[in-house]
Amino acid sequence: MPFQLTPDREPKLTDLLGRYPTKMAACIPLLHLCQEQHGWVAPEVVEFVAARLELPLAHVQGVVTFYTLFNQKPVGKHQVWVCRTLPCALRGAGELLHHCEKRLGIHAGETTPDGKITLRTAECLASCGTAPMIQVDKDYFENLTPEKVDGILDGLKR
Amino acid sequence: MLKPTNFLTKLYSIKDGHTLAVYEREARGYEAARKVLTSMSREEVVDQAKKANVRGRGGAGFPMGIKWSFMRPHATKPAYLVLNADEGEPGTHKDRTLMELNPHSVVEGCIIGCYGIGAHVAYIYVRDELHLSKARLEGAIQEARAKGYLGARPFGKDYPVEVHVHTGAGAYICGEETSLLNSLEGRRGEPRLKPPFPAQVGAFGCPTTVNNLETIGVVPTVMLLGGEEFSKLSALHAIGDGGVRLYGVNGHVKKPCVVELAVGPTLRELIYDVGGGVLGDKPLWAIIPGGSSTPVLRADELVSAPDEKSPLHPYDGKSILDVPLGVDTARGLGTMLGTCCITVMAEGTSPVAAMHNLMQFYRHESCGQCTPCREGSAWLFRICDKLMEGTATMEELDTLHSVANNIMGNTICAFGEGTAMPALGFLKKFRKDFEAYVRDPARGRKASLVVEGHGFSSSADGQTTV
Repeated sequence: MPFQLTPDREPKLTDLLGRYPTKMAACIPLLHLCQEQHGWVAPEVVEFVAARLELPLAHVQGVVTFYTLFNQKPVGKHQVWVCRTLPCALRGAGELLHHCEKRLGIHAGETTPDGKITLRTAECLASCGTAPMIQVDKDYFENLTPEKVDGILDGLKR
Repeated sequence: MLKPTNFLTKLYSIKDGHTLAVYEREARGYEAARKVLTSMSREEVVDQAKKANVRGRGGAGFPMGIKWSFMRPHATKPAYLVLNADEGEPGTHKDRTLMELNPHSVVEGCIIGCYGIGAHVAYIYVRDELHLSKARLEGAIQEARAKGYLGARPFGKDYPVEVHVHTGAGAYICGEETSLLNSLEGRRGEPRLKPPFPAQVGAFGCPTTVNNLETIGVVPTVMLLGGEEFSKLSALHAIGDGGVRLYGVNGHVKKPCVVELAVGPTLRELIYDVGGGVLGDKPLWAIIPGGSSTPVLRADELVSAPDEKSPLHPYDGKSILDVPLGVDTARGLGTMLGTCCITVMAEGTSPVAAMHNLMQFYRHESCGQCTPCREGSAWLFRICDKLMEGTATMEELDTLHSVANNIMGNTICAFGEGTAMPALGFLKKFRKDFEAYVRDPARGRKASLVVEGHGFSSSADGQTTV
């Protein structure tokens, strides 16, 4: 079925197009808007974006595959990103990741069988002064302890 | 000597400091933009910017005023101001505080910056992960627009200015300015060849200035104080490194934080006075001075500057920990000031594990456009991986060297150097450790990055807030 933006998102696209001198510049923000609605960038999303912005399909597909945050396959309802880069690693990010893997029963890159949580590792999330940390969907959780992490993960499972 | 200031950070601790009302009440908000637009010419603005000696806060340290002066009016094309807030250099956590806690200083800086370079539109490129930062900036823009500070006639002046937030999608390379411009235009974030430089052909093929977000955030302070007065706040005013900037401290310190200081604190002051000392009172082992791309420094290094003309000559023979940190003094130490956020490591940290961690980062983030970087970053990581597994050979240590050297200077953008320099830094300064990992294959499995008793499972509540 062809992809369509929900009526409440259409004005956002109009606003986006007004910000730039070219339609192409709205490509990344529009892909975000679509992914927020659909959960991932399905082939029909690529077709929609290409048609609306008058871009070749290959251009949009090229953009999607370049950027880490565009999901090229379905993901869990929530995404948990564990920052693994050096400043966090110096404060125990390695152990934090193992803790999350054990608690969720999956490895980084996998989704829980109930489809609720995808666990992933992130490269530096600009939170080095409050390490170790995780990002859950749009929110940052910093200065983590095992108790805090358990509380966050249990909250997501419900 | 440590000179704390609070031009940018005053609002960090005030309730609702991110709102227009508090910005105007507590921080002389929009006074500078009003003054500039109603009483100064474009040339005067650039002149003040030059006198302020603001060295770019994004890592390269290029003087902001000089960059602005490269902008020439074009007969048919508009000009753009683009702010780089794609903060993602491991160890860098300063721009985020500014966006979240004092976004109006950035918006005000955009108004002044646009006027100074002859642009009417500014784009703030924020990495997508920073949702609160984006919301705070969008909120500040809306408030400023509602007040008439942005729009057709800011402060009654017939000089329209608009500011937009643009988001990336998770690519460290988009912090490189030409890659950022490609990403802004809706393309893959692959760097462009220079020349042409952005001042000639930038965003949408038009003259463009790309500045770091903090660089623009400090512009209102520059205009309020006057360029020269601002510059004189710095301990390094005499060598053209002026004013105040945000310093970050992270890693193995008791109190990781972001603080605003007059330019020129020493590493010792940052680690012990600002950061509260090393975790567990362990001896200091090494410091990465300004983001992971800046070569590591050993704590026991001494300054070698016998040349009287060197800015470091007064510190010849002294500990590197006692040198005032600025763009040129850091370069004199064989490293870079970078983003000015230091990563501290205590004795006992494994240099191989640290390099392994960083090389994993660079392998993941190489955009893949240039072969030496795409293949080289993966190769560096693979050898580090073998060192950690205990299967590497002595010859492969030399291979690490040659691969890193073959990346240097052979890529379109500075990401190549950003990968090779830290690799060579670790190898050169900790060669004996690397050799020990080859001789003793069990060593990699025992390698640790955390200070015993201060890891995740032993962590306690109630740490820092920014």
